[in-house]
Amino acid sequence: MNYKTYVWVWLGLLILTGITVSLAGMNLGRLSIAMVLTIAAIKSGLVLSYFMHLRYETGLLFKLMIPIVLAALTVFIGLTFTDIAFR
Amino acid sequence: LNRALGTLNTLILITSSLTIALSIFFIQKGNRQLSAGLLFFTIFLGVLFLGVKYIEWTAKISHGLYPNSPHLLGRPKGEILFFGLYYSMTGLHGLHVLVGISILSVILVLMIKKKINKNHTISLENAGLYWHLVDIIWIFLFPLFYLIT
Repeated sequence: MNYKTYVWVWLGLLILTGITVSLAGMNLGRLSIAMVLTIAAIKSGLVLSYFMHLRYETGLLFKLMIPIVLAALTVFIGLTFTDIAFR
Repeated sequence: LNRALGTLNTLILITSSLTIALSIFFIQKGNRQLSAGLLFFTIFLGVLFLGVKYIEWTAKISHGLYPNSPHLLGRPKGEILFFGLYYSMTGLHGLHVLVGISILSVILVLMIKKKINKNHTISLENAGLYWHLVDIIWIFLFPLFYLIT
């Protein structure tokens, strides 16, 4: 594990933030909701696997725990948006 | 909401996640001074985040946009709900940042006292995990409140 990895991940996070902000500025409507949330998921994935070392953990069940919790959160947020979409 | 300030805060938190990760990396390598410096910078970024938050909230409140304000109650229902959620979610997240700053400050003192060193890094690592968690929460709050219109 080299500290440069952290700097690369940080740069990746900065670029993704730039992309998500400029996407939101394009007024793409409902498509932009899906896109900014996908990018947020990728960003949190980067933080989880590199900054929080999840990538270097052993034990499948332990590794699966966090994606499952995140997936549950995504479902809740998604269901909230369907409430708006089909109202 | 002010998208520029939200973006600034996102950059601040992401950078603070980097500095705490580097701080853990260098304490494990035995470079205690650099590690303490990075930890101090992380705390500084945390305080900076709350400072920006303070500016944002003050601006909104001075515009009469706060829960149960007469101005807000005259707005559409969706907007009342939005600002209620905005204040509770960012407020709760702000509390987590405040707790994180406190924990990191204790860790910094322990590090200066040499209680945390190359062989005893667990408390710093766990504080780092908590700090990353706060960062992840913001990564989701930021698009949900600032980017989706």
